[in-house]
Amino acid sequence: MTWSQFWAMGGFGGYVWSAYAFTAFIVTVNTVAPLLRRRAVRRQLRRETERGEEGL
Amino acid sequence: MIKYLHKYGAPRRFYAISGRVLPWSAVITVILFVSGLYLGLYWAPPDYQQGDAYRIMFVHVPNAWMSMMAYMALALFAAAGYIWNIRLADILAKCTAPLGASFTLCALVTGSIWGKPMWGTWWVWDARLTSELVLFFLYVGYMAVQASIEDPRRAAHASAIVAIVGVINVPIIHYSVYWWHTLHQPASITLTNQPKIYITMLIPLIVMSLAFMFFYLTMLLVRARNEILVREKDRQWVRNLARKIV
Repeated sequence: MTWSQFWAMGGFGGYVWSAYAFTAFIVTVNTVAPLLRRRAVRRQLRRETERGEEGL
Repeated sequence: MIKYLHKYGAPRRFYAISGRVLPWSAVITVILFVSGLYLGLYWAPPDYQQGDAYRIMFVHVPNAWMSMMAYMALALFAAAGYIWNIRLADILAKCTAPLGASFTLCALVTGSIWGKPMWGTWWVWDARLTSELVLFFLYVGYMAVQASIEDPRRAAHASAIVAIVGVINVPIIHYSVYWWHTLHQPASITLTNQPKIYITMLIPLIVMSLAFMFFYLTMLLVRARNEILVREKDRQWVRNLARKIV
């Protein structure tokens, strides 16, 4: 099987690849969003602890 | 039993245990996705009726399964939080909702893309498609209730009602293809009967399903850990943890 045959998916390439692309998009969003949130939460915690310690 | 639940349901303990589970679960997810994609897109031969279009099944079916499993999990977590006041259960319910909604959306969209070449239409209002769409709105409704109430306890209580009442939709989705005349085909794989699909299609389907299951587990842990840090930020253990974050 050649690469062009692989991408063509027996004439259904447009359908197959758009279904996989949409799935990949959703999986990526679901991976990146919580990780960005994790970074924001940890930064916020760090800042608040520093402020709390200065106040002591 | 309840004592046991409360012991392991303590957010602090969960945070420690999930931190150890998370890297493994993430690695397993990646391995399953890579091998599932290889098996589904390359290794499995084309279908004699559908050609290569049937390969959409390997993303469509796992997402559809997960959309229902995540809803069952959501309802169980919400009920546990409601009945026994387990804080962790509230957190897990809240963090399951966006994942479940994504699985549902993905099942709907990939199904629509598959429907066009096979049925000649992107969408029909048959029982299966409609009940799956209702599932999506249940998730959205749950998240809307969560977002509209500031206090986490009250948000959990109110949204739990939505989650529990909505469970009725899950068997409707499952049996819709038997109860009504649907354009959607009945299940090819059941727990009790021989699968109706060939082994070369079954293997990639199982691998992809496990991939999405582990993906759910991994991202649930990441989300729940974020939520725990936010909710427990005034507690000593989180403050100690925060000092170690540079």
